[in-house]
Amino acid sequence: MTREHATRRAFLATGAAAVATLATAASGLLVPARAQGLAPTPSMRGGANNYLPGAPIVERIGGGGFWMTGSVRRAGDGAPLQGVRIQIWAHTTEGHERDPHSHGATLTDAQGRFRLEMPQIVPAFGQPHGHLAYDDAAFETVFLRPVMPSSRDTSLSADFVLQPA
Amino acid sequence: MASTRAVLIWGALAVAVIVPVAIAAHSPLLAWRSPVYIAAGLAGVVAMTLVLFQPLLVGGYLPGLPRPRGRRLHRWVGAALVTAVALHVAGLWLTSPPDVIDALLFVSPTPFSAWGVIAMWTVFAAASLAALRRRLRLRPRVWRLGHTALVMVVVLGSVVHALLIEGTMGTVSKVVLCALILAVTVKVLLDLRTWALLARSWR
Repeated sequence: MTREHATRRAFLATGAAAVATLATAASGLLVPARAQGLAPTPSMRGGANNYLPGAPIVERIGGGGFWMTGSVRRAGDGAPLQGVRIQIWAHTTEGHERDPHSHGATLTDAQGRFRLEMPQIVPAFGQPHGHLAYDDAAFETVFLRPVMPSSRDTSLSADFVLQPA
Repeated sequence: MASTRAVLIWGALAVAVIVPVAIAAHSPLLAWRSPVYIAAGLAGVVAMTLVLFQPLLVGGYLPGLPRPRGRRLHRWVGAALVTAVALHVAGLWLTSPPDVIDALLFVSPTPFSAWGVIAMWTVFAAASLAALRRRLRLRPRVWRLGHTALVMVVVLGSVVHALLIEGTMGTVSKVVLCALILAVTVKVLLDLRTWALLARSWR
């Protein structure tokens, strides 16, 4: 014969289930539905400054020594995007932002990551910063302008979430 | 004794002015900048040092330059200041036009740009007011309150602009110069009792 009154284990299990249900319901209220998905990255102020369209895909920009890294995903489902061209430029130890040799481009790998070696970025116009662009047909154009936390940093990263055009 | 005091004041002022300019002129960043960009940056540093001279001259604090003579020099230094600011902006424009256009339109990503642009327009306005004072037949009260109000914005704007920038100036010499500018400006405002004009009824 089974015991009618609640055991401690049953009580804890029921309680935990109730809390879990409430938490799920609450999180459903707080976090937008999964189907809404990943929002596209907006362009940053000043991101397009000194942009020279059509920078060539290069092994590295100049002598290197500094790494620009990042990722590219699709808005909505967040799928990594392979073979996407990201253009990069900055004021470095080898040239001003406007100099064509300060510009280069690279392609993302199967995981949607990119990584391009370039000369050390140095402070210009008051901040050590880089510029990145996605500017091709498949997705809407995005210009980013990340700032280095310290001008001694030897890398900088920026992530793109692209909206299909 | 008086001459010792004069030597000390002029010596301190020379250090306060020459050190920041010298440090900026030897910044490692210059190695990676074009001559126009270097000149533009230095014009900004020189402009900051000229801002320090203005309240010292108008208050007659500098030995050998009591108020009447100090005031006359104040006009010349004011003209030099306007020229330095113009060279600063023009040089930056040549170096990177879109960054300067963003700044002038107040859409720059860098917060110090807006402070710099505000300081630029107010220094132009303060100088224009001085140049056109007679032609506009400004009442002395309007002239003094107007010039003082504009100049207070110039001082605040240029100090914040300079402090927020990571540029060629050395941190310590920049902070010292900015602190001196603020201190002397407050002192001359207190000494000349400009605010009393606000309270006094029109005569």
